[in-house]
Amino acid sequence: MLRLPTLFRLLAFAVLIAFLVQPQWFEPLLRPLVQENAPAIYNQGSLLQLTLLHLRTVAIATAGATVVALALAILVTRRSGAEFLPLSRSLVNIGQTFPPVAVLALAVPIFGFGEKPTLIALFLYGLLPIFENALTGLTTLPPSIMEAARGTGMTGRQRLMKIELPLAMPVILAGIRLSVVISLATATIGSTVAARTLGEVIIAGLQSNNLAFVVQGGLIVAVLAVLIHDALQAAERSLGSRMGR
Amino acid sequence: MQLRVDKLGVIIAALAAYGALLAPFATFRANRIVAGEARSISEALPPAWAAIILFLIITTAGIAILKTPSRLRLGTAFAMIAALALGIGAAAAHLTPPENTYARVSPASGFWILLFALGLLAADALTRLRPSPLVRVLFLSAVLGFIAAVLTSGTWDGLSLLKEYASRADTFWAEAGKHLMLALGSLAAATAVGIPLGVLCHRVARLRDGLLGVLNAIQTIPSIALFGILIAPLGWIAIHVPGAAAIGIRGIGTAPAFVALFLYSLLPVVANTVVGLAGVPREANDAARGIGMTDFQRLIGIEFPLAFPVILTGIRIVLVQNIGLATIAALIGGGGFGVFVFQGVGQTAMDLVLLGAVPTVLLAFTAAIVLDALIETVTPNRNRVQSA
Repeated sequence: MLRLPTLFRLLAFAVLIAFLVQPQWFEPLLRPLVQENAPAIYNQGSLLQLTLLHLRTVAIATAGATVVALALAILVTRRSGAEFLPLSRSLVNIGQTFPPVAVLALAVPIFGFGEKPTLIALFLYGLLPIFENALTGLTTLPPSIMEAARGTGMTGRQRLMKIELPLAMPVILAGIRLSVVISLATATIGSTVAARTLGEVIIAGLQSNNLAFVVQGGLIVAVLAVLIHDALQAAERSLGSRMGR
Repeated sequence: MQLRVDKLGVIIAALAAYGALLAPFATFRANRIVAGEARSISEALPPAWAAIILFLIITTAGIAILKTPSRLRLGTAFAMIAALALGIGAAAAHLTPPENTYARVSPASGFWILLFALGLLAADALTRLRPSPLVRVLFLSAVLGFIAAVLTSGTWDGLSLLKEYASRADTFWAEAGKHLMLALGSLAAATAVGIPLGVLCHRVARLRDGLLGVLNAIQTIPSIALFGILIAPLGWIAIHVPGAAAIGIRGIGTAPAFVALFLYSLLPVVANTVVGLAGVPREANDAARGIGMTDFQRLIGIEFPLAFPVILTGIRIVLVQNIGLATIAALIGGGGFGVFVFQGVGQTAMDLVLLGAVPTVLLAFTAAIVLDALIETVTPNRNRVQSA
């Protein structure tokens, strides 16, 4: 039994795939946006390949950010790391005031042009929401449950793996989702420093005054972001209901 | 008194030791584009200066490692940052050969690592001291005042960053003005439109889901694409609507950037207005109705004041976000600090990137601190906002 919103998303996904594989089918739709002789479909590379590279960059950065953010959050919520807890909260707040463009631009002199500065910037920027949510999840557990776990003689490690992480998981997953959506949009800026992402299409459009390029690049990223956001949310829900919540 | 070791202090001291002894303090380049040569603290500074800086770093590391009072740690961190700021200026004067206008001196990794370590020390001490909003703003003003004093005193004039500034002083302030206009102007417009929309969404439930859905969708469009997409409709308006071009509406430039920032700003303002109004206690509304207030009186007298802290939080999100996003405007000829950032990236001139990035970060930071203080001041005691 498919509900209307689900049907809508499946349709959007089908259109996206069709556009990436056979962009020329959509040429008549984009034609009105360009002048007479200008190409209406991006012609300096395959849209499908750029999309996959875009997704790969986001996936690598988010995976790295998840591992590091989670490890740090676990560390500062243990008794031995408690001294770092207040500072880590402040650092998250301070970090989020840093504009992504500044992070990206400052990474260029250190790591050169291309993929690397983009990965670094996405990684650093992606850390914040995951770390913040993991901290919230791990520090707001119901005291009665923690007390009961201690009472049954669980070791610190068992408590972490069997009680704390599973209970905090929904909040942590929400942080990862937020991080992915931010990274998907921010990765386009990476193309200003020659990373191969969908930003390339948009920037090519800005430079050659080709609105069709800008629109197709922007729409692919936007549809990707919406679909991935919803898919992750659905995954979180099914995970939650399987764990009996 | 028993001496105990502070774990964070050990990390800070290790960072400081690496930054002071192993990493270069300053970079010297014979001209603007050649590769730089690294200089350590002892090479970059006159012997007396180097000795003072190293002595101060050792003292700071000692204070950081031991469990010391937060006030002492904070004072030490700021004193050390001030010493570093003066030191890098002295390094520039020392390294630049006399009468040479081509040579460039800039802070190198060691300087930045030291600054980061001291920033950690100061942030940790500040977090533990939990200063009141007023004290935080006074602190911020003191730091900004110090930066302004060092800048006007000419101590940093030998630094590459300031040389980039000197050759662009006019454009710098013009772009600064544009950046502020973009960030603040779009915020003002978004507030003027967003708050009434939020009230409407609060009253009309059916409108809420639809409008918030549309605003959410706008947020997923990458910023450079949204900036670009708006070029077409604004270009059309400029040509076909009489008088539009006269008030500065054009396809490229500031107008599409302004509209894009405005669209991005709407969601936090509208959403927070809705959340704030929804959080007004039912008893407050009932009491207001009971004494015969009209809907409008209730909105102005009861709902707004109670929802204000949440609305202000939305405005804070927008302001910090806009200051950062306004850098992208440079890609479509909209001006702002992004001009220097992207020019610098294009020429691989780090100093030019910094000339754009540093003011942007400072602005965002100032906005965050001031608005956080404001939010904490207007929030009733029972649920204080936790902030840095």
